[in-house]
Amino acid sequence: MGLLSLAIWTPILFGVLLLAFGRDDQAPMVRWIALVGALIGLAVTVPLYTGFEIGSAAMQFVEKSIWIERFNIHYHLGVDGISLWLILLTAFITVIVVISSWEAITTRVNQYMGAFLILSGLMIGVFSAQDGMLFYVFFEATLIPMYLIIGIWGGKNKIYAAFKFFLYTLLGSLLMLVALIYLYTQAGGSFDLATWYTLRLGGTAQTLLFFAFFAAFAVKVPMWPVHTWLPDVHVEAPTGGSAVLAAIMLKLGAYGFLRFSMPILPDASREWAWLMITLSLVAVIYVGLVAMVQKDMKKLVAYSSVAHMGFVTLGFFLFSDLGMAGGIVQMVAHGFVSAAMFLSIGVLYDRVHSREIADYGGVVNTMPNFTAFALLFVMANSGLPGTAGFVGEWMVILAAVKANFWIGMAAATALILGASYSLWMFKRVYLGPVGNSNVKALLDINAREFLVMALLAFMVLYMGIYPKPFTDVMDASVAELLRHVAISKLP
Amino acid sequence: MIDSLGWYVAFPEILLLVMACVIALVDLGVKTPMRGATHLLTMLTLAVLAVFLGFYASSGATVVAFGGMVVSDPMGNWLKCFATIALMATLVYGRQYASQRDMLRGGELFTLSLFALLGMYVMISGHNFLVLYLGLELLTLSSYALVALRRDDLKATEAAMKYFVLGALASGFLLYGLSMVYGATGSLGLPEVMRAIAGGEATLKGSQQVLILGLVFVVSGLAFKLGAVPFHMWVPDVYEGAPTVVALLVGGATKLAAFAIVIRLLVEGLMPLAFDWQQMLAVLAVLSLLVGNLAAIAQTNLKRMLAFSTISHMGFLLLGLLAGVVQGDSGNAANAYGSSMFYIVTYVLTTLGTFGVILVLSRSGFESDNIADLAGLNQRSPLYAGVMAICMFSLAGVPPLVGFYAKLAVLQALLASSQPVYIGLAVFAVVMSLIGAFYYLRVVKVMYFDAPTQTAAIEAGFDARSLLSVNGALVLVLGIVPGGLMTLCAQAIASLMA
Repeated sequence: MGLLSLAIWTPILFGVLLLAFGRDDQAPMVRWIALVGALIGLAVTVPLYTGFEIGSAAMQFVEKSIWIERFNIHYHLGVDGISLWLILLTAFITVIVVISSWEAITTRVNQYMGAFLILSGLMIGVFSAQDGMLFYVFFEATLIPMYLIIGIWGGKNKIYAAFKFFLYTLLGSLLMLVALIYLYTQAGGSFDLATWYTLRLGGTAQTLLFFAFFAAFAVKVPMWPVHTWLPDVHVEAPTGGSAVLAAIMLKLGAYGFLRFSMPILPDASREWAWLMITLSLVAVIYVGLVAMVQKDMKKLVAYSSVAHMGFVTLGFFLFSDLGMAGGIVQMVAHGFVSAAMFLSIGVLYDRVHSREIADYGGVVNTMPNFTAFALLFVMANSGLPGTAGFVGEWMVILAAVKANFWIGMAAATALILGASYSLWMFKRVYLGPVGNSNVKALLDINAREFLVMALLAFMVLYMGIYPKPFTDVMDASVAELLRHVAISKLP
Repeated sequence: MIDSLGWYVAFPEILLLVMACVIALVDLGVKTPMRGATHLLTMLTLAVLAVFLGFYASSGATVVAFGGMVVSDPMGNWLKCFATIALMATLVYGRQYASQRDMLRGGELFTLSLFALLGMYVMISGHNFLVLYLGLELLTLSSYALVALRRDDLKATEAAMKYFVLGALASGFLLYGLSMVYGATGSLGLPEVMRAIAGGEATLKGSQQVLILGLVFVVSGLAFKLGAVPFHMWVPDVYEGAPTVVALLVGGATKLAAFAIVIRLLVEGLMPLAFDWQQMLAVLAVLSLLVGNLAAIAQTNLKRMLAFSTISHMGFLLLGLLAGVVQGDSGNAANAYGSSMFYIVTYVLTTLGTFGVILVLSRSGFESDNIADLAGLNQRSPLYAGVMAICMFSLAGVPPLVGFYAKLAVLQALLASSQPVYIGLAVFAVVMSLIGAFYYLRVVKVMYFDAPTQTAAIEAGFDARSLLSVNGALVLVLGIVPGGLMTLCAQAIASLMA
């Protein structure tokens, strides 16, 4: 069994064990087992990084064996510079989520932890699948645990949110399924991605396939105007669910563009790049403005996620190495920052049980340590140099200016908007005199919460100050991808 | 192929017939309320048959016997084997349910089920119009009686009447159609009919119109039996009204036989008319997907909802059947019919799980057949909620559950044809399965997100409980490694086409 298989199946195995044998009255033990599972899951991904051969664009740690003979579907895994950090990010966030839900979740703990561990393994599967159908199976399977997480442990309007999440994303991915099967028949009976990269496809077919993939990935990213499910779902999901959703599940869509749309359908991708860029800029500017007027903290961060993901897709469809690398860096950075933002809100919510900005004020007076962390994360969210949020955005803006000054100009406004909504929220929630008796009664973060915050703060700063380990691994893969995109696949 | 009077070919049927009679006699002496001896003997018979049929099927031999009346081939033997196992599961799940409803005062449940199974066997292995028809009648007559088994229950009696009247009509359709085909071709044996049509003898006599008219009746009759729109009216009423254990028999094992008779008649007998019947199936499929999925949303009764869901699944099944012959080229046929066979087998497996949970949750005087009755099931019993959730996600076609691969196989068969119309059908089918996902999710929602309304302890026998766990696990495991069953179905159909 290879490393990637271990990374996928270790958390799933632990999750299944918890589901099968965990009981409600054993909650403390369940938590510890979940933590052990998550830590082992993280530990097995570390050799992926240390053993990764930088400078090679080839798939590494490849595992390939036949899975479903009848349709020539392979259990084919591999990792390259694009997916490496996303896998590490997934395993890392899983550990964070398990620790952060330690006290917040008290009912059916085994199902909660089990769902998260299984989800983690499935998402790593998505990032490492090199077979179209294997990808689809992992991609879709993530819906089940997330649906249950939102529906069981969510807020007041959880049922609406759970259904919206499931059906919205299912519609997109079902169209993708038809596209995948079409590619399978065109490729003479193969789901292998590498085969698909060399497939010749006509203009109309490419356009139709592009929009079938677009339906799946744009909903997942989410791009404007199909982003409306995200705020609803984020508001209702439990803190851990929001963190995983924002940090990793949104990346599944963006990653799909890189793995499927662009290399398989280069001509359609270039032809429709204007549309993608326009939608991305609308997300960056318009959704940024929408974020500013939110009264609910979680909604605000959700809209800011849409805006940040706009940067990712913008970077991709500029078709330059800087833009694409910037988009990938932004994905990873947003993973750390958005998780941190949602977990910060979770810390407050656990104490006051409100997400309304108006219910807070002057939190700094009662929770100084926590506020220090929150400030760092807010700064990272607004893209301050020296934090993770800056690196990717800066690369994308630079690439945009190179491509077209006005696109760059429009993208750069995001820095102003990001700073406005993030800092304004910070001012209203944390600064000023103590707002009400709830805030007065707040206790600062305990050791467990401190650990979560410190781990995330470390990653945010590390990535901001020394992004080289992140960018180095992806250079070769990005160049290879761009080379693919440059070749026309028209017959 | 050896044409001989090979009694051993009909050994399963003969054994089943003898045992059904023996069990009916033995049952006279059984006095216990749970019919222990009858049950045990039935299970033993079914187990022996299943093992035997499994061995027989895996040998891969095709033998025609009794002067071309019956055939024993891998497809038939596998379907018989699966139908036997499905009946075993049905009886295990339903035994307690039946005893609480006064259905075990006599042993009819067991003997009639065995005769129904015998009907299925004959239907599956018939190689001649009349034999197929006889099998069908044996199955349906036993089913009518089974539905009416609770004769004091108003709903069940009503359902039985509806089932009987509409079923008789359908049988009439089928028989009428078959007689027309007989008139046009001059023979009743499947290969002879096929040769007559393919060789142009039928058309030479100027009886093409008769043939097509007969085909319309045959397809209508089959659509009745499958429960495809617009011949679906009986399905929701029978599912809702019949005792749940009988509903499972009608909606489970029987579907395997219905699939077999469709393959025997349309593919083995009337393949040269594929161009005509494929168009009819396309209309049936589109309507079934549309009506089944939309009507299911409105249901509050779980059994009724499952009935409409069955209708939509039959639509999907038909999609696989109509993709076989593309512009006179039957290169895709084995692939397409194999996908349909996989679809029906996995569908039956999943249906067993869902009805199994309903049966286990029922108590005396309480049917547990409303969706609301499942409220908070996860808190009462994570095991049953888990099995039900797995089955629901599988029916919705979400990977990694087996229902997804069934849909994948059918969609692949459609797209492999490279016909724009078929690609359009595939897109239509996935949009419909999105609608389908809604009502399956609603069941999961009720079980997991709502607070329990029932507090009574769930009492189920050890056998039902463990079998249900295995059933749920199988839906998941076959979803993770579906290759074996897929290959099995593909090979079974391929040996039929050869």
